[in-house]
Amino acid sequence: MKRTKTNNKHTIRRILKYAARYKGSLAMAMIFAVLYVVLTLAAPVLIGQAIDRIIDKGKVDFPAIANLLLMTGVTVLGCAVFQWLMGLFVNAVSYLTVRDIRDELFEKFNTVPLKTIDGHPHGDLISRMINDTDNIGTGLLQGITQLFSGIVMIVCTLGFMIMLNVFIALVVVVITPLSMFVAAFITRLSQKQFREQSKTQGEISSYIEEYVGQQKLVKAFGYEDKAQEGFEEINECLRVSGQKSQFYSSLANPSTRFVNGLVTTAVCITGAVSVINGHLTVGQISAFITYANQYTKPFNEVTGVIPQLQSALAGADRVFELLDTPDQKPDAENAAPLAVCKGKIDIEHISFSYSPDKPLITDFALHVKAGSRIAIVGPTGCGKTTFINLLMRFYDVTGGDIRVDGQSIYTMPRDELRSLYGMVLQDSWLYNATVRENIAYGKPDATLDEVKAAAKRAFIHRFIERMPNGYDTMITEEGANLSQGQRQLMCIARVMLCDPPMLILDEATSSIDTRTELKIQEAFNNMMQGRTSFIVAHRLSTIKEADVILVMKDGHIIEQGSHSELMAQNGFYHNLYNSQFAAT
Amino acid sequence: MFRLRRFLKDYKLQLTIGPVCKLIEAIFELLIPLITADIIDNGVKNSDISYVLQKGGLMVLLGALGLGFALVCQKSASIASQGFGTKVRNAMFRHINTLSHNELDKLGTPSLITRMTNDINRLQLAVAMLIRLVIRAPFLVIGALIMAMTIDLKLSLIFFAAALLIAVILFVVMTRSVPFYKAMQKKMDTVSLISRENLSGNRVIRAFGRQKSDTERFQASNEELTEIAVKAGRLSALLNPMTYVVAQAAIIAVVWFGGGLVFSGELKTGQIIALVNYMTQILLAMIVVSNLVVIFTNASASASRVNEVFDTLPSVQEGEGIVPEIAEHTPCIAFDKVSFSYSGSGHALKDISFTLERGQTMGIIGGTGSGKSTLVSLIPRFYDATQGRVLVDGADVKQYKMADLRHKIGIVPQKAELFSGTIKDNMRWGKRDASDAEIEKALKIAQAYEFVAKLPEKTERYISPGGKNLSGGQRQRLTIARALVGQPEILILDDSASALDFATDAALRKALYEETQGMTVIMVSQRVGTVRYADKILVLDGGEIAGIGTHNELFHHCEVYKEICLSQLKAEEVENP
Repeated sequence: MKRTKTNNKHTIRRILKYAARYKGSLAMAMIFAVLYVVLTLAAPVLIGQAIDRIIDKGKVDFPAIANLLLMTGVTVLGCAVFQWLMGLFVNAVSYLTVRDIRDELFEKFNTVPLKTIDGHPHGDLISRMINDTDNIGTGLLQGITQLFSGIVMIVCTLGFMIMLNVFIALVVVVITPLSMFVAAFITRLSQKQFREQSKTQGEISSYIEEYVGQQKLVKAFGYEDKAQEGFEEINECLRVSGQKSQFYSSLANPSTRFVNGLVTTAVCITGAVSVINGHLTVGQISAFITYANQYTKPFNEVTGVIPQLQSALAGADRVFELLDTPDQKPDAENAAPLAVCKGKIDIEHISFSYSPDKPLITDFALHVKAGSRIAIVGPTGCGKTTFINLLMRFYDVTGGDIRVDGQSIYTMPRDELRSLYGMVLQDSWLYNATVRENIAYGKPDATLDEVKAAAKRAFIHRFIERMPNGYDTMITEEGANLSQGQRQLMCIARVMLCDPPMLILDEATSSIDTRTELKIQEAFNNMMQGRTSFIVAHRLSTIKEADVILVMKDGHIIEQGSHSELMAQNGFYHNLYNSQFAAT
Repeated sequence: MFRLRRFLKDYKLQLTIGPVCKLIEAIFELLIPLITADIIDNGVKNSDISYVLQKGGLMVLLGALGLGFALVCQKSASIASQGFGTKVRNAMFRHINTLSHNELDKLGTPSLITRMTNDINRLQLAVAMLIRLVIRAPFLVIGALIMAMTIDLKLSLIFFAAALLIAVILFVVMTRSVPFYKAMQKKMDTVSLISRENLSGNRVIRAFGRQKSDTERFQASNEELTEIAVKAGRLSALLNPMTYVVAQAAIIAVVWFGGGLVFSGELKTGQIIALVNYMTQILLAMIVVSNLVVIFTNASASASRVNEVFDTLPSVQEGEGIVPEIAEHTPCIAFDKVSFSYSGSGHALKDISFTLERGQTMGIIGGTGSGKSTLVSLIPRFYDATQGRVLVDGADVKQYKMADLRHKIGIVPQKAELFSGTIKDNMRWGKRDASDAEIEKALKIAQAYEFVAKLPEKTERYISPGGKNLSGGQRQRLTIARALVGQPEILILDDSASALDFATDAALRKALYEETQGMTVIMVSQRVGTVRYADKILVLDGGEIAGIGTHNELFHHCEVYKEICLSQLKAEEVENP
């Protein structure tokens, strides 16, 4: 419980730190809040004075009333303007703060180790980006408004009360915080539910992401009812936590009002008794009750927005949790790019594992001559893709070193290292932009002619020409209407445009027909003349031509050599090669 | 927005009790000042301490009762609003399940996620507010209006004018800001889309060092979102001040004209004070209303986005249900002059006709984008043919109940995707009650048993979302096993061995051949080796059939096929299996 409280404080402080970037706007909001509240309090006083000039039949002081009403009018207009201005500034601060948090969150996506992204349901991350930040925004908007006007209201009425009678003012001041204790207690009680709600919201997002994103499968297996069942289960959890959090936290407001009601009653009774005993006058006590009411009102209003504040806190917790994930190790201080990349790669006794208890690669060594073509084959799960993750520094080795042209890749800026490689993965990723932008992804300033030339070399140009808007056709959500093979071709064009010094192809042509593949192979061969390339593939046409074929198994290289050498060895590769002719 | 009220029908009780309790609490609250006055007027005046205590006790009692009623109201609000949201979400998910791919492509997953979370949250809030405040505020306003009329009819005209003016202001601001809120939610979709793309393409983005420009792309749309939000906020910020001005103007008018009436003796000063108090009461109520208006405008924008999903009808409609009588020579699958085009683009398939007998194996081969995947996706009705008929067991696929049709078919998609859960959970997709032995058999055929058996948790191994803790080849084998568990009549493999090495691919084909006798199999592949022993091979080229026949027939008579063969195998390999 205690921990929760300090956490809350910490979270609030952190949100405020973001809001504090807009100190100017916050200050303006505060100033306008003061002006607005003072004028709000002044208007009834003026009206009261005007009414005092209406005494009885024939006894009405019209000029004075006109004067006072005019003043009231001005006050009211001023009050409205200030209130409006306060609203504008509070609005701006809240939305800008949320914007900043979102931006930072997104930047985080790109700076955390890839492990974090791989190991986290994306739907949950998206929910943090959308829903949790949205809750922070609402909380800020309501919180700042109520807090500012509330504080000013409290200070002003306190002033009036002290002017009236210091002693009773003190009594009220001492008793009122009681309601704050009640509110704090209830808040603490329900905060857990809010966290639960926020978490479940994330789960629901992941579920939707998974099941809606792969609707085709759900349909293919007639799994709709099961999917629905699973959804309703999480949804029910969301309902329960949502209902509890909403109910408990909405208790704060009526409870504080009740406590404040008790305070009023106490004041009233003690006041009445004092008057009877002759310590106070009737006028004083009635004025006092009015002010005590006035004084407790802002407290009630503040507790009215507690649910919003709490869900903001719960959201902020989740957002900050992500923001606090350690970034990937920054590039070494003296990191320097290679002047010229020749493409000699030395892998010195590296070891690696995704989880410490399951070593995947141990003492792996390999020396690649500049300009050679390396093919990697091996049974599934043998570490081919992992090896590429290490070459590109998507993951860091746990031991050993990888060097390019003699320079350790850990002493190079990551971006520089990665720009040395052109990479095409089996899972072809396209994004929501035009075909041209997708192809020019690695070289955004490429001219249309360059893009077209790359597309031609990837044998996708003719297809693109036939699309409704040619190169300006928008690719819809992750390339929905393109075939798997076409998407791969676009990714290949993307790399061809970059003309990288080295190449990594991880099952890059698996969905492309073999005739096209051959032509692409040729294009790659021309492009990569004398440059180092790594190819993970199953097709022997791709593998056979390689200078060195690495046969991997369980994170080790078990065979190594050219096609003819390996065939002569009569080992694993030999079997693998012949298996394609096995009759079925 | 009101169309969504059907989801509230189970909460009639809460919708009645909640507001009533709130009302009672409000009335109690209004009684307190009267009692206070009573204490001073009677208790203090008569120095009657026991009277003071008695009335004090009444105040505490009313307070406690008020608290009780407030709790009931809050409880009702929380039950009804969360229940409402839950029902809408369930219904929406169910509806999404009925949509075919055409519609889902159009709506987009990120947008569906925002609609189902963010938009429905806004609606929930609106329901809660409805219960808490909607009765109370009008009650106070109408009560005050009636009281004003009883005091002075002429002056009450000012009240009516003010109320009308405020209503107009609310209406104008509301209708003006709805488009902003709609635009805002739409921008939220974009923010969600870019986040999703960034997460799924994180490797590629880093590989190309595009983190910065990707972040800029995000920031740009986040900025747009913020701008719209600020604009919408600017409009909403007008509500309170404008209401305040109108109400205060009314008070000024009451005092001025009231003054005149007092002067002529038609009114007493006390009555003016009362009128001013009533107007203040209306103002306070209206401020609550204007806050409600903001919430409701927001909700109505969200409601229209939710309704948009409900209004999207599946283009593939459920059939009437048919149990086909299978004659001896009824082909298992038949395409009868089938053409198909994706919405807004040219023919993806043109005039496709073929038959496939029960128990036979057919290979489909063809260039990238020749329509192979499209062809097979017409069989389980992921899409409906634009022209012609697709027949399964002699009956048009459109006549089947969707579940019956899809139950016959086991499909292995091109993209090897699994769901979070254990391996066993995933295997049971094909057959809900599959026994361990059945699962084991399927894993063995799919060449997945070996690696699963090596895992410490075996089939209880947890697969993370997207199957990211498995290698591509492992995922692919599991998807094959998944399709086999249900022992479907028809097995469709959509280029689903692309991530397998040759040895595994060959072993897989051998096992399939041996273990799935009687199963009709369609194999889409790029590899001649995979399809060459099929009973029948269909060669596709640009969405049209370039040839049907056996390997030998096609090799001699089909130019396209011959080319494909020669690109993969040496001439002697082609001729001599």
